This record gives sequence, C-alpha cells and structure tokens, in this order.
Amino acid sequence: MSIKDYGLLINYDFCTGCHTCEIACKKEHDLPEGQWGIRVLQDGPREKEDGTWEYTYMPLPTTLCDLCEERVEEGRLPTCVHHCQARVMQFDTYDELAKQLPNMPRTVIYAVK
Amino acid sequence: MTFKESSDRYRKDWRWHEGDLTVTRTCHWSAPGCHDSCGVLLYTDKDDKLVKIEGDPNSPYNHGTLCMRCLNMVEAVNHPERLKYPMKRAGERGEDKWERISWDEALDIIEENVRRIQKEYGPESIVGMMGTGRNCNWLVPLITYAGFGSPNFGLGFLSGDSCMLPRTAIAFAVAGDLTILDAAQFRPERYDDPEYVVPEVIFIIGNNPIKSNGDGFLGHWIVELMQRGSKLIVVDPKLTWLAAKAEIWLQIRPGTDTALIMSMMSVIIEEDLYDHEFVEKWCHGFDELREACSHWTPERAEAITWVPKEKIVAAARRYAKAHPAAVQWGVATDMAVNGIPQAHAIICMSAICGNYEIPGGQRVARDSYGLSLSYPFGYNEYIPPEMQEKRLGLNYSPLHRWASGVATAYGDVVLEAIETDEPYPIKMMWFQSTNPIANMAGEAPRVYEALKKVEFVVVVDVFKTPTAVAFADLVLPCAMSCERNSIRGWYTPLRSITKAASYYEAKSDEDIAVAVCSRLNPEGFKPRTDMELLQEAIESGTEAVPFTYAELQEGVQFWPPVEYHRHEKGMLRLDGEPGFNTPTGKIELYSTVLEALGDPPLPYYEEPRESPYSTPELAKEYPYVLTTGKRSYEFFHSEHRQQPTMREFHPWPLVDIHPDTAQAHGIEEGDWVWIENTRGRCRQKAHVTIETDPRVINAEHGWWFPEQDAAEPSLFGVFDSNINNLTNQCQVGATGYGAPYKNQICKIYKCTEENSKIMPSKQVTELGGFTYERQHLPEEAVHDHVDDSLDAYTFGRVNADEQIRTDYF
Repeated sequence: MSIKDYGLLINYDFCTGCHTCEIACKKEHDLPEGQWGIRVLQDGPREKEDGTWEYTYMPLPTTLCDLCEERVEEGRLPTCVHHCQARVMQFDTYDELAKQLPNMPRTVIYAVK
Repeated sequence: MTFKESSDRYRKDWRWHEGDLTVTRTCHWSAPGCHDSCGVLLYTDKDDKLVKIEGDPNSPYNHGTLCMRCLNMVEAVNHPERLKYPMKRAGERGEDKWERISWDEALDIIEENVRRIQKEYGPESIVGMMGTGRNCNWLVPLITYAGFGSPNFGLGFLSGDSCMLPRTAIAFAVAGDLTILDAAQFRPERYDDPEYVVPEVIFIIGNNPIKSNGDGFLGHWIVELMQRGSKLIVVDPKLTWLAAKAEIWLQIRPGTDTALIMSMMSVIIEEDLYDHEFVEKWCHGFDELREACSHWTPERAEAITWVPKEKIVAAARRYAKAHPAAVQWGVATDMAVNGIPQAHAIICMSAICGNYEIPGGQRVARDSYGLSLSYPFGYNEYIPPEMQEKRLGLNYSPLHRWASGVATAYGDVVLEAIETDEPYPIKMMWFQSTNPIANMAGEAPRVYEALKKVEFVVVVDVFKTPTAVAFADLVLPCAMSCERNSIRGWYTPLRSITKAASYYEAKSDEDIAVAVCSRLNPEGFKPRTDMELLQEAIESGTEAVPFTYAELQEGVQFWPPVEYHRHEKGMLRLDGEPGFNTPTGKIELYSTVLEALGDPPLPYYEEPRESPYSTPELAKEYPYVLTTGKRSYEFFHSEHRQQPTMREFHPWPLVDIHPDTAQAHGIEEGDWVWIENTRGRCRQKAHVTIETDPRVINAEHGWWFPEQDAAEPSLFGVFDSNINNLTNQCQVGATGYGAPYKNQICKIYKCTEENSKIMPSKQVTELGGFTYERQHLPEEAVHDHVDDSLDAYTFGRVNADEQIRTDYF
C-alpha cells in the first residue's frame, strides 16, 4: 500500500471548529506563522427560511498536507485524525471510507495525494 | 477499518523508549490550566526536555483526542519567558525590578514574614488564594492552613464565590450531592457499557461546554452524544455552534434563567408531564413547588427573559417527555445574584422529571475512592476551632457557613478587610496560580488599589503576571503539569500525573507545599517529599484505595466501580438507608436546609440589580446588557496570552456586537470599541455578528498583553481591555453566593485618538483609578442562626465530627 491509497474522511456535520486539526498539523510539521496544512472554513451562522440555522465548519487540507506520511509509516494516524476532538475524521483506504457514506450524511472524502 | 494504529507506538505501559526519546503515559492537569485531565503521551529527550505531546488513545477519558491547549504544550513548557528562579523585588512595586535568589533564601523570607505577622497580628492576617479548577486546589488550602495556620483561603477575589461553589452548596443542601451529565464517563467501557443509555435530550444552560470544558466535564462528549442521537435544547444569549445545532435554542437575556426554568416547570406541572413515581417516592415539597411555579406563566417569563413563550412551552415539553434527559449546566448559573435559586430550580426540574441516577441522566458525581482532592477546602484539622471561627465571611451567610467543607475566606469580605482593617487587618497575601487583577477579581481596579496596601505579597506562578509585577515582594517559579508528580481525584477515573520533564528551578505545587509547610510547621506537617505527600493523599479518602501512589503512576488510570440508582440501594446516605443525603432523604424541592438557615426554601426570581428594568434611569445612559466571559478555544481564563501560536489564532480581545447595534454606533468589524459603565471602561475589538442579540454586548475576559511593558503604568496593559473594570464587588446574592459578572449594563462607542489619550492601565496605576461610588456588603450578617439539627447533612461543617462528610466535591 502507498499513501496514495489512503484518503481522509470528514463528517463535517459535527465539526465544531475547535482548531485542533489546524494546530496539531502546525506542530507536527513545524509550520511557521501564517502557514497551514489544514484550514477550517466557516459557513454561517445564517438563518434559513424555516427558522433553523446554517452553521458549518469544513476542514480543508491545503497543498502542504502530506497525510502525515511519516507518521503513517510509523503506525500512527495523521495527527489531525488522531486528535480531532469531535472525532469526525477518519484515515483509511478509499474502499473502507466509502462504505461509511450511506450512513453518514454531510461527509466528504478527500483524495489528498 | 484496515488502518489501525500500532500497539507498539501506543502502549498500555506507563513509560517506554522510542529512539532517543522517553515516552511517559500519564494525564495532564495544570499548568497550563484546564478543568479536565486528559490522557497524554509526553515525549522527552535526554535532557528531560518536553519535545512532543500526543493524546493517549488508550485513555477512555479522551480516546486520544486533545484540544489546542495541550497540542501547544511544547511551546508553553519551553517558553523563554517562563519563571526560572525565585526572585525578590529590587525596586518599588510595579517597577519590574527583581533580584534572583535561591529557594532557601525565598523560604527564609517567607518564614521571617509569616512568623512576624503571626506574632504581631495573628495567623488570620495571612490570606492564601488560588484560581479556578487547577491542580493546586488541594494544595493552596493545605499551605494556608498547615503552613500559615490561617483559616483564610479563598479564590482570587472572585465576588460571591461565583464559580461552581454556589451550585455545589445548593446541590448538597437540596439533593445531598452534586450531579453531572452522564456521558458514560464513570466507566471505562464508556458508550459500550451495556447499562448506558444515550440521553434523548441534553439541556445545556449557562455554558458553551465545547469551549469551556468546565467542572471535570470534557465538552466534546456532548458532540459524541449528538453523533449517537442526543438532541439539544440550548439556553444561551449567544448563537453558539451548539445553539445552531439545537432542536430548540432559547436566546435568553443574561441573568434571567431562573424565570425561564420556573416557567418551564409551570408548563411541565400544568400539563402533567412530570414523573409521578419519582416525585412521590423521592421528592419533598412538590405542592409548594407547584404553587411557586404557578405564578410563572410563559407570558410572564417571556417579558423577563426575552424568550418567546412558544419556545418556552416547546422546550418544557421536549425536556419533560424525553427519557433520559440530562442537564449540562455551567458557570453562568453562578454568576448572577440569583444564582442559588437558579441552581435550585434546575435541580428541581431534573428531579420532577425523574432524571436522577439513571443512565444518561443526572449522575451523582463523587470523587474517585472517596478521595478529597478536587475542591477540598478542608484540612481544618490543622487549625484550632477558635481560629476556624475567624475565617473571613464565615458569618456573612449561614449557607456559606453550613457549606464550610467548601468554605473559602469570602473574597468580597477579604477585600473589605484589606480596605478597612476590619474585622482585622490583612498583612500578607499568597497568590498561587491566580492572577486576580487580570481575571477573577470583579471590579479589578478596586482590588488593585487595595492590594497595594498589603505589606507582604508572594506570587507563585509559571509566568510573570500583572499581579506579580504590581504587588509581589517575592515571586516563585512553579512547575507545569509535565514537571510534577501529582494526582487527579476529581470525579472518575483516579489518574496519575507523572513527572517527565524539568525546567530550571521551577518547583511543583506539591514540592512547594512540602517546602513551605515543613519549614513553617515541622511538627504538625509530616510529609517531606512530594511522593510522601501523595501517598498520604491517596490514603485520605473514605474508601480504601487498593494500590499505592507509585502503583497509580504505573497504572495511569483506575476506575472505581460506580453503580446507577444508588439512592434506591442505600448508597448515597451516610446511614446506609435508601434515599438522598438530605434531612428528608429526598430531593428537596422545598428545602428544609434553606428554611432552617433562614433562606427562602423555594426557588425564586431576582432581577439583576442593574438592568433595563431594575434601573431604567441608569439604562438610559447604559442601554445595553453586558455579558462577559465567553470562552475561546485558545485560552484558559488569563493564561496562554504569551504563546505566539495562540495569539496567531486569536490576536486580540473580541466583543460581539449585533450588526444593527454596530451600525447605530458607526462601528465596523475589527474596530476598537470602548465598553463603559458607571465603574469604568475598557476596550476590545468589535466582532460584528448576528450571534448576539442587538440589545446584548458580549465581551471576553482575562486579557493582558505579555508583549507590552511589564512596568507600570503599562503593567502588561492589564486594565486596557479588562472587562472587570466594569463588573463589581460586594453585590452578591442573599445567601452570599453569586455575583453579577455576566449580567451588567453598559454603553459602547468607537475608540478614537481623541477619546483614547488616557488608557485604562494608566488611569488605574497612575491617576487613581476611575471615579464612582463603591458599594459595600451589608454591615450586619444577613442571618446569625444555624440549626444544629442539620449537622448530619453538612459536608464538613466547622467542628463537625468525623461522621460528617468533607469530601465528595
């Protein structure tokens, strides 16, 4: 298996925007101020016509993301996945990740590498 | 899942080696500060320097996850500005001039001053203080009582003891115990525990748990429960992420929560949605509660709370019909003069809906193995009864006296004692892990002025804080969590904190306690090392702990067996009978304890004392409701401001202002804005957002600027953005508990060059502060009688015999 066989699943329905993935990545890769391997984007809050709210955070791997290839080789998860407080991130082969989609609305799978 | 983390990388040992690094598997608990204690893996190099941290996936508490404060631990621990050596003041207070000294010299100075003050004024003239939720909250009382011989230990001028203590006092009074939302955190199987039931509804009030993580509750457990099907009702003046995700969001006017809960209960009772069996068997005073609630129609509550009556009714029905339904409450409950009745009302609502001691409901939360290491403001055995009677504020309210197991020297009374020398003068202050003028102290400029008067001040901390620069004669460097041997007994599991690193001459809170107490009280205080102190601590509970402290370090976490339905099994009362540990054996909707103490026995509503309704004339000038203390992921109160990574995420203090309100004042996103009321002003940067009501201004707390000049008049800019320039002291609830930190009034206006010539730090440190009329506590004790028949139900009442519980807190 190579790192290219692995993807990153994010169930953004429950991402709380807690910055854990961002800072874990910065520390793992020793990124300087202003540089990021993953960013949490925000949509909302805004009221919808039915009176409920749109308020979504969406982690987005940047071009600096290498899926923590060195960690993966050591038998560790990418640090964002390992530490995600809402436990909405998964790292696995695309086949394994895709199996979860039918029961996990508002989920993306990123092909990073 | 095909990818699994390596069991060799993530072992269940407590210590192993990976290449040149040593890995220590343990738990974190301050410093840096936090209310929780997550499992961590500390990676240290051959020089005992922390080089890496990871969450421990084998810890059922956090399952390997960490928040950004632990993830930035290497930056925090190795920060160049950390205090490295003991220092004594070499210039005037506030000049930031210091001389490095040895620990022995520091202890000599402490001993000389303590002995002198003990002899000239009495030990009671020494006050020890600490901040919130940190892992020195069993050690600062120990130093104060066993070391100084003083009964005066308290929180850093926290008005009305308004953090956790009001909720705790009333919970013990009316239910015999404190409860916590059951997120399966009491058993290592967690959500896989076959007996566990996911709450159908979680009712969140007075906190944003995913940011605050208060009171031993890891906030993201709520998110895990949402993923397992829990629905939310959120009471919050702010549209938080949780509020937006809630089935029902009740956008409340700050400080009016009691009216909301009373009204919800009126609906629940009126519509017969309560749990008849539980009420009949286990509740006392239902008819009286029904009568009290009957006055709270949703219409009346809407006028007070600003929550539409339809939503009040909907929330009441949703909560009452859900089984189980659990409440996650927070510090906003304490931070109102109405705090005690508010907490009582919430307990009543949980009880009449039958949510006590059931899986996924309200769990009676006691510390592991009956230990007393969370907020045990006890250790009274170190001071004689007549000295205990001198504790400042003991007679201010009978509930406070009754709750003396958690009795603090009441902050408002300590302040007045410094100001007036009554009932006796205060000559020495010991601040350990508290930075009151930056954070805890309401009416911070007033506290600043008072503390300048105190003869001898010691500050123990990890960084040089504004409090250290302004007042300290002696500054002692404190170790961080990874540099100490310690213990976490606050709730479950019992956890080890194992020393893995070291930093210059910084000493752990445990080592400091041993050094100070054995120097000042060599006969009475026995331990001579941190390990001896910790072994003594582990043996101090009401239950036998089947391992030594050293074995705890190797085991990392121990989970004592905890059952459900303990009130039915005779596991909650000291006499072993079924029921709750109250005089009636029931949850007291009508409190016989409060009645005996002369306090109102039923929940009632009190309007904030400054508000658009209670002070309409004042509100013409200060038209907005001001709430403070909204939490950030980056910071724990006044900590973390010196960490560059945290400031990259969150560079400035932010005040939430609704777009309509901002527009009315010509304010745009990112503008500096003055926030002002009768007591003073501060400035924060505008965050223009629909998350707040147009009538509510929502400000941050705890801001100082370590990058600015330490010396006065700057004092790290500690007053410039300090929201406690606007809060107050000595305006507390009728029981003495609860102060209005989160429900003030204010006006706002944009900062200009013209109106910003004198910054608040200069105003306070050089120009005599702000001009206004200071308020004082009522001169006489509110009540002076205590019914001795209550003794068996107190938790550590002064002079109580051994049967009376001083733990479980």
